[in-house]
Amino acid sequence: MAAGGTKSWLGAPLLRPRVAFFELTSCGGCQLQVLNHEGTLLDFLSLVEVTDFREAMTERSHEYDIAFVEGCVSRSDEVARLRQIRRNARTLVALGSCACFGGVPRMKNRFPDPGLLAREIYGEYPMATETVRALDEIVPVDLKVHGCPFPKEELEKVVLHIALGKAIETPRHPICFECKANGNVCLFDLGELCLGPVTRGGCSAWCPGNRFGCWGCRGPADDANLDSLRAIAKEHGFSGEDLADRLECFGGFTPREAPEPSPRRKSRKRGTR
Amino acid sequence: MLFRVFDQGELPILFSALTARHEVIGPVEAGVDRHGKPFYAFEPATDFRALRLAYTTTKLPAKRYFLPCREDLATFRTSGSDWSKTVEYNVDRPRVFFGLHACDINALNKLDKVLTGGDYPMPWYAAKRRNMFIVGVDCEPQPSCFCRSMGADTALSGFDLFLTGIGDRYFAEILSNNAYNLLRGIRAVEPGEEEHVLYRRAVAEKTRKYTARVDTTDLTKILDMEFESPVWKSWGEKCLSCGSCAAVCPTCYCYGVEETVDIDLSVARKTKTLYSCNLVDFAQVAGGHNFRPESHSRLKYRYYHKHRGFVEAYEESLCTGCGRCGETCLAGINVPDVIASVRGEGGA
Repeated sequence: MAAGGTKSWLGAPLLRPRVAFFELTSCGGCQLQVLNHEGTLLDFLSLVEVTDFREAMTERSHEYDIAFVEGCVSRSDEVARLRQIRRNARTLVALGSCACFGGVPRMKNRFPDPGLLAREIYGEYPMATETVRALDEIVPVDLKVHGCPFPKEELEKVVLHIALGKAIETPRHPICFECKANGNVCLFDLGELCLGPVTRGGCSAWCPGNRFGCWGCRGPADDANLDSLRAIAKEHGFSGEDLADRLECFGGFTPREAPEPSPRRKSRKRGTR
Repeated sequence: MLFRVFDQGELPILFSALTARHEVIGPVEAGVDRHGKPFYAFEPATDFRALRLAYTTTKLPAKRYFLPCREDLATFRTSGSDWSKTVEYNVDRPRVFFGLHACDINALNKLDKVLTGGDYPMPWYAAKRRNMFIVGVDCEPQPSCFCRSMGADTALSGFDLFLTGIGDRYFAEILSNNAYNLLRGIRAVEPGEEEHVLYRRAVAEKTRKYTARVDTTDLTKILDMEFESPVWKSWGEKCLSCGSCAAVCPTCYCYGVEETVDIDLSVARKTKTLYSCNLVDFAQVAGGHNFRPESHSRLKYRYYHKHRGFVEAYEESLCTGCGRCGETCLAGINVPDVIASVRGEGGA
């Protein structure tokens, strides 16, 4: 999928990386989000050469520099597939909540008997479903694009910055700051529960801005103060269960079983501790 | 200073005279909170009946009109290997602020010192600030208001017209030609001794209503002495590092600048974004070192800037005592309690 020739910036030709999009266990919504935003779609596609994108085209290829992977790992064949993608790609990007930390499917890990859900849902039909894991619990991940789905602008920026050779910054603070910047009134003041105070910003407070309390789809902000939020939720009359349900929904706040930090996280820790 | 007195019924005429030619921003009701209490916001208003001049306070200050959270400082249009730069101050008309409280007028005066008073004035702020007409109104001290402790309960400058209710009349203070000329459009008279007494009585009555206070005696010195105080850690344990305090603060002006390129590669931008010293990467520098990785140290420096550093530089606090940060903080961190705990009066 190529649109036009190589682009240039101030006279210098730009890198035009070969990129591929893959999905593991997921709803496909993040890939759909890649294709959304028709106004900028052609500009977006002109910055990269898409070599594999099942949701958008028929051609398949193992030749790519950057792999964008949507979804979590919930089957053994997905483990093998992810390892293969990691071997093929110079850069592996986790796309969306499922890839970053397991997403909604991670909720099933709460059941101690892994066969229970398979029997309940699939009955007699065989289904090889395993414990849900995020990409970085299996292979090193170079970059995470958070959200369910992520804002398209965030991915556009990633691709653009790769093409321009600029650093890619992941927002690190909670959503509250941008929520206030947008002129919103705090949902706690309006009597609603919201995970904005602990969830990674960068979404421009999409949900709280529409009077829908945050469910934490972007996972925890760096330095998220969960203990403080628990006290605040209690003080505002929300039960521990209300809060636990939200924190569990997208998997970002669920403790890791076999953490395998990505190189990016490691380097951040070196910088801050 | 010139004074005038006029009937409250004249105010809509004055308002109409302003709205006829200008955009007018004023306090309007923006909703009802979980306790059933109305809350207010500074919004453009064209109908006098929409104004709520007896408003308590607003959740957010009027800051976004002169220090927007996001603002392009310059744009660069590219064409081949060539480019051209455009600088816009992002203001195309004068604005009227109708109904600012003294604390918010004082906030502007404090911002002026930093953003227009130094060797390097900020033109994006100055252009908006110079194009303002401000009508101040008196207020009813709320439980969270400690402006009197910060010397910001009364405004001596920084407005065009300031109105204080005396019975069914307004006592108007005039600070500009524009305000003087505006008042010529309504029936206003010079106050006599009786009105002076009524004005002083109204102010005294307001002053009696303050419940929150901050003891600022020797505060810069005490903050220096208590730099290692354990109270900072206990406030830090509560702090969400969310930056809401700075976002609602009428005087927080810290910002970051980001350079971006539009996805169609036609335009690049230098964009200023307000930031908060409580955010985790505020003090992170090139190379990755973070000077304030812990939330308590960031919270502490926010207080040191407001109540120590700024006082040493400008002989006044950067805090107006409007109380918005304490009201917005979900963790209940507020200036009177924090300062009291640092002074050893009451725990964190």
